[in-house]
Amino acid sequence: MKGSNEDSAQSVNGSSIKITDVTQDGDTLTFAITSQKSSSSAGVCVFRTYEDFEWLQQGLFSQEDVPGLQGVIFPPLPSKPLPSTSLSQAKALKQLGFLALGDEWMIYCKALELYLQQVAAHTTLSKSKALYSFLNSSESPGKQCGKKGILNRLSQAMEEMRKEGHKDVDEFFQSERDSSTNLSALFKLSTEKFLDVVLNKQRLALACGHFSTSLHLCVNQDNPTAVAFSKICLKLSDIIEAVKINYEKVSDNDISTLGLGLDLESRYQEAKREMLFRRTCKLVELETANRNSERAKPNKKAIMEGVQKATQKEFDIISSVAKQEIEHYHRDRVSLLRDFLICWCEKQLSTARESSALLSQHLDACKKFAV
Amino acid sequence: MMLLCRSASFSSPARCISNEDQEPEYDTGDLDSDDGEEIFTGTSNKPFVSTPPETDPSSDIFSEEGSYTVQKHTAPKTNGVQSDEELDLFAEATVELTLTAPNSRGRKEIIGPTEPLSTTVNTHGKLHVANTSNKPSEEVEEEESGDTFELNIAVTNPEKMGDGMNAYMTYKVSTQTTLPAFRSKTFSVRRRFSDFLGLYEKLSVKYNLMGCIIPPPPQKSVVGMTKVKVGKEDPSSAEFVEKRRAALERYLQRVVSHPALLQDSDVQEFLEREELPRAVNTQALSGSGFLKMINKASDAVNKMTIKMNESDNWFESKLQEVENEEQLLRRLHASVDSLVNHRKELCSNTAMFAKSVAMLGSSEENSALSRALSQLAEVEDKLEQLHQEQAFSDFFTLTELLADYLRLLGAVRGCFEQRMKAWQRWQEAQSTLQKKREAEAKLLWSNKPDKLQQAKEDITEWEAKVGQCERDFERISSTLRKEVHRFEKEKCRDFKHHIVKYLESLLRSQHRLVKCWEAFLPEAKAIV
Repeated sequence: MKGSNEDSAQSVNGSSIKITDVTQDGDTLTFAITSQKSSSSAGVCVFRTYEDFEWLQQGLFSQEDVPGLQGVIFPPLPSKPLPSTSLSQAKALKQLGFLALGDEWMIYCKALELYLQQVAAHTTLSKSKALYSFLNSSESPGKQCGKKGILNRLSQAMEEMRKEGHKDVDEFFQSERDSSTNLSALFKLSTEKFLDVVLNKQRLALACGHFSTSLHLCVNQDNPTAVAFSKICLKLSDIIEAVKINYEKVSDNDISTLGLGLDLESRYQEAKREMLFRRTCKLVELETANRNSERAKPNKKAIMEGVQKATQKEFDIISSVAKQEIEHYHRDRVSLLRDFLICWCEKQLSTARESSALLSQHLDACKKFAV
Repeated sequence: MMLLCRSASFSSPARCISNEDQEPEYDTGDLDSDDGEEIFTGTSNKPFVSTPPETDPSSDIFSEEGSYTVQKHTAPKTNGVQSDEELDLFAEATVELTLTAPNSRGRKEIIGPTEPLSTTVNTHGKLHVANTSNKPSEEVEEEESGDTFELNIAVTNPEKMGDGMNAYMTYKVSTQTTLPAFRSKTFSVRRRFSDFLGLYEKLSVKYNLMGCIIPPPPQKSVVGMTKVKVGKEDPSSAEFVEKRRAALERYLQRVVSHPALLQDSDVQEFLEREELPRAVNTQALSGSGFLKMINKASDAVNKMTIKMNESDNWFESKLQEVENEEQLLRRLHASVDSLVNHRKELCSNTAMFAKSVAMLGSSEENSALSRALSQLAEVEDKLEQLHQEQAFSDFFTLTELLADYLRLLGAVRGCFEQRMKAWQRWQEAQSTLQKKREAEAKLLWSNKPDKLQQAKEDITEWEAKVGQCERDFERISSTLRKEVHRFEKEKCRDFKHHIVKYLESLLRSQHRLVKCWEAFLPEAKAIV
């Protein structure tokens, strides 16, 4: 996964990339990114905004001299962050999903961090000058005029959609495309539903808070019975407060593990689909070139054949790169999901145990309560 | 703790208390004291928990959930004003309420108070108690051999009778008791909702003017019942029936936990008699109707021309307390209601998530991941169930408790209004007496001897009435005071009991949650 020895001076230790801080200035977020080269332990820290990340992504798209670049599954960059000063929570949720939740953009930072780590871990992409510049240059590279990439983001214009359904020549790829379409939709749905669940838990926590506060108003010291009743109400208030805190923890666990994982998986599915679509477009181009070549008038024939050969070559390289990418993808995503699921389960288990213990204490105290 | 042990006998239903009734049921005017004496000795200790819907119906319906015990014993029949001698004997009785460990069937028994220091026994055919020797006043002793009586009530087995718009639900009311007042130890009858309302009608007619706090019945619900009548077999009508069943059970348990009502023949008839005559005039008692009734009384009181001269500040401040508490409970009730709704929402959201994950699991190609996702779907299904049960628990334990107490506080307020009405009647009687006296004075001067005689008779009559009204007022005041003390203690116990139940259900939920996660973890780890 790492570069060859010659490049080792350049290559960065992917797992060392961390986003250590984020500051908000009006509508702009600035991220502090630290990283280490794989050859040394010296760290570098740079400050980047979202524009810089976009510049990086464009840079990766527009690398020349990389054969079959279109067959690469590009790590997905999260959508632009919308600081809540400018927009409502609902809009942010629509745009970013889980990444809009959590305290202080922590989840969003984690997603960006994962993006950088994935780029740095990619055999081809890690060699990109753009990445090096991004991680090391003290100047903010996003200010430079970025080259417009050969590749554009997948835009679902009408003609494009027709190409999406174009039958493949290769069974492997055809089945990958079908399953991709299917799974992508399912993952998206699951992520949305999970988001609903988490938001619901947050509302529940809020309701518990209201209830707990109201109970505090029941204090009345007039006579012994009233005092006893007040104590009971305060006890219930404590209990409900514990329930509220539990729900908050549970939803935090959800967001930082499974939520993040599902979001990432959804976006990666999309990236894979985009790659397959690019290849399909190339296939259409190839078939067009073949037809042209066949129908070409003798004077144009040579040129057409040339085009056809070149396109065939491109297509073959893309296909072979794509195949490799897909294999890596399958392996990586499974291990990623696994890690997230385990983390989620462990966190929820520990929270549930804590809550059990606390409630148990409350119960003992309550039972001893003299009335 | 020195308590006054007295109980009254409540004989035939025909004996209504009215203004003109010369025989008060019990005269506690002389025995009033300030430190929360109870004129009724027995109290329940394990109130009003409805059986949760998941309970196995074949299990003992008198399980701890629905039962409580009551200590009863009686003093001599107090038919009329007490003589001084007898009164002295009552002054020293001691009461000790203790809880033994639950017996093998899970019921708790209260070891009762010591015996009253009287030698006469009430044998009005209802309750009697073996008398022991007089106890010296200073000693506080616990009588292990004191009589313990049990009375457990359960309301179960709702059944639909008839069909169409004439359909109605009947409920099985089962009683288990050792009280000798009843013909047998275990018996059950079937009752419909209007029967419960009818019982309330009768009780409130009898006891309203005495200052007793009568538990209000569950609310009528036209919408709910119409669904049931129409025969919709959906979860919401099942929920409605269960809600009602639980409410009826709590209602009866509260009724019999009131020592006076337990001995009431109407109550006993309700529990025992095979067929009850159909209750009429129950329209007034829908939820809003009940409150309207209370508020009408308040309005009438407010319109009183004579402002009540409160000699005892206690009543004024207590009424204020009651009103404040009503407001608080209303707020709490709204809070818990919203909590329940959010939980129900969480149920359905979790179910949808579980479905989507299940679809994922079946489409996923990696077999270990696929299996893990299917397991995840199952975990989420279990979570949904947990949420559902927790919502029920929230509802039945907390929401209904608060709703019950809102209605009970309304009833308490009603008693305060009754007291003010009694005061008003007394004032009116006094002013009538004054008029009669003035009339007599006039006649004295005008020398009409035959009319004078009438006038003198009138005066005598009204003097007696004034005396009666005054006694009524004193009586209702002291009863109300004691009732309020009893009610407040009851409320404390009730709330504590419910909070413990709620905590237990929360804890159960958490334990099951822990198990869910523990089961899922190896599945997640097995993904390769």
